[in-house]
Amino acid sequence: MEILVCIKRVPAVGSALILTDDSMEVDTRRLGFQLSPHEENAVEAAVQLVELHGGAVTLLSLGTQEAEEQLREQLAIGADRAIIAVTDGTEPDPQATATALVEAIRADGASFDLVLMGSESADVGGYQTGIRVAHALGLPVVTNVKGLSVDEGVARCERAVGSEREVFTVSLPAVITVRDGLNIPRYPSVPGRIKARKKPVTTHEVTLSAPRVVKQQLVVPPAAVKGTVQLTPDAAGATALVEAFREIGVLS
Amino acid sequence: MILVHIDHDRGVLDPVSLQALTVARSLDGDVHAVVAGDPAPFAAELAAHGAAVIHVADHPAFSDFAPQATGHAVAQLAERLSPAAVLAGGTARGNEVLAHAAAFLDAPLVADCTTITLGSPSRVVRARWGGNLLEEATVDASLLLATVLPHAVPAEPADGAGTIEAFAPELTDADVAVRVVERLGAKAAGVTLAEAKTVVSGGRGMGGPESFSMLEDLAAILGGTVGCSRVVTSEGWRPHAEQVGQTGTKVAPDLYIACGISGATQHLAGCKNSKVLVAINTDPTAPMMQVADYAVVGDLHAFLPVLIEHARAAASQP
Repeated sequence: MEILVCIKRVPAVGSALILTDDSMEVDTRRLGFQLSPHEENAVEAAVQLVELHGGAVTLLSLGTQEAEEQLREQLAIGADRAIIAVTDGTEPDPQATATALVEAIRADGASFDLVLMGSESADVGGYQTGIRVAHALGLPVVTNVKGLSVDEGVARCERAVGSEREVFTVSLPAVITVRDGLNIPRYPSVPGRIKARKKPVTTHEVTLSAPRVVKQQLVVPPAAVKGTVQLTPDAAGATALVEAFREIGVLS
Repeated sequence: MILVHIDHDRGVLDPVSLQALTVARSLDGDVHAVVAGDPAPFAAELAAHGAAVIHVADHPAFSDFAPQATGHAVAQLAERLSPAAVLAGGTARGNEVLAHAAAFLDAPLVADCTTITLGSPSRVVRARWGGNLLEEATVDASLLLATVLPHAVPAEPADGAGTIEAFAPELTDADVAVRVVERLGAKAAGVTLAEAKTVVSGGRGMGGPESFSMLEDLAAILGGTVGCSRVVTSEGWRPHAEQVGQTGTKVAPDLYIACGISGATQHLAGCKNSKVLVAINTDPTAPMMQVADYAVVGDLHAFLPVLIEHARAAASQP
């Protein structure tokens, strides 16, 4: 089974989003980078499927050469090779993203049984790249998947709706977008990291089409001014909270 | 005219669709709705929120959720009616259906908008980073496709004729191939995380899975449910279904109690719309302590038993 996982490198923002002076980007000068969260689960799912069914996992990241850091980390948990679709570093809109990914997939030439990605990226959150890639490749797509198994060329996908799960089945090849909670991603082992150093990371230059959704600026939403009531961790604090619970109406 | 895709789960209307109708009315007085499947259970509600016409896509595939078929039906209707914009609620399903429609129409889609202004170009304000950041953008398109961030505006009643007009979309086998084929797990007896009026949540500061029994006790007294942060599910302390945050469930309860949660943007994205926030943390500078209505600086392992005792005593009094 040949699996492609599309992954995105995003800033690890932690607790504060600080903007650059021109308000066009998140200021990353003091930040590390990480995989967009759902995609850790996508790589883990791909590695598990190949452990079960054989085959290989290829990673694809659209952006700059710097994505090699995140790709090596995922090669260390068991992916086999990686492709960086290198752009000029500007932020593409969702249509341009999908077009560039499809171009890189076609240029690679391999035929994939399954294309996995996150249901949406942590930073842009456009909720559409997987669907647009599927349409361009002429493949079926299931999104927001939190349970995945493959049997005889058919993927069984579960997605959460409240406390229920909806099941979709789809014949491969297909595109499947996944969410956090699909699995618990493993940590890279030391031998895994050593092997990852020698795994192939190739590059493919892509030209981004002009964005039709054009970012003008980013804004940090004004925080609601709250007079936080400070309480002590004792009986007095507990009494004050119980009084608040009554006012809210959660304690009759 | 503005066309609004209405999401429903086998006849149960998604409330965010009504918010999308309200946003549509603010753009243009003439608002049409499009529904895949039978709108009978909620057609009156759509009319009461300003829908002049309810276009009903009629096809056997629409007996249950079929995202690509629905997106194709919406795209075909949009081509026929040439609305100024197509909107939907910014839910998982609303975003998915409009993404399919956008792919069929080769048009841009802007998800999770808080503000929409039509023009050449159109202007939107949309959520990034789970709503921790807003993006102002222009959209170069003759037809704007946009989803509305849930709870950005309240749904407001308005008079609409609600005239039903059925249409038959032309769907391919590929369109109808992806649909719900089975459902697992009947609704649990307890309240779900998304619906709970009180959520008692734990983070890294809980120290391990065993401490969560305190949160279960407090949640039981307050008629609520237990939540947690991403680190807790990554460590395997609690099931992912309990994760509150950008990659988990977004909640807006009357009361949210955050125990040992620092308040990373990932987590705040899921709980900042709570009416009252209580934070218990040893670190007074933790972001969660800054956004909280009530902040208790101290060790949750010592304080929670005291709080549970007081709450239980209060609950047992008439």
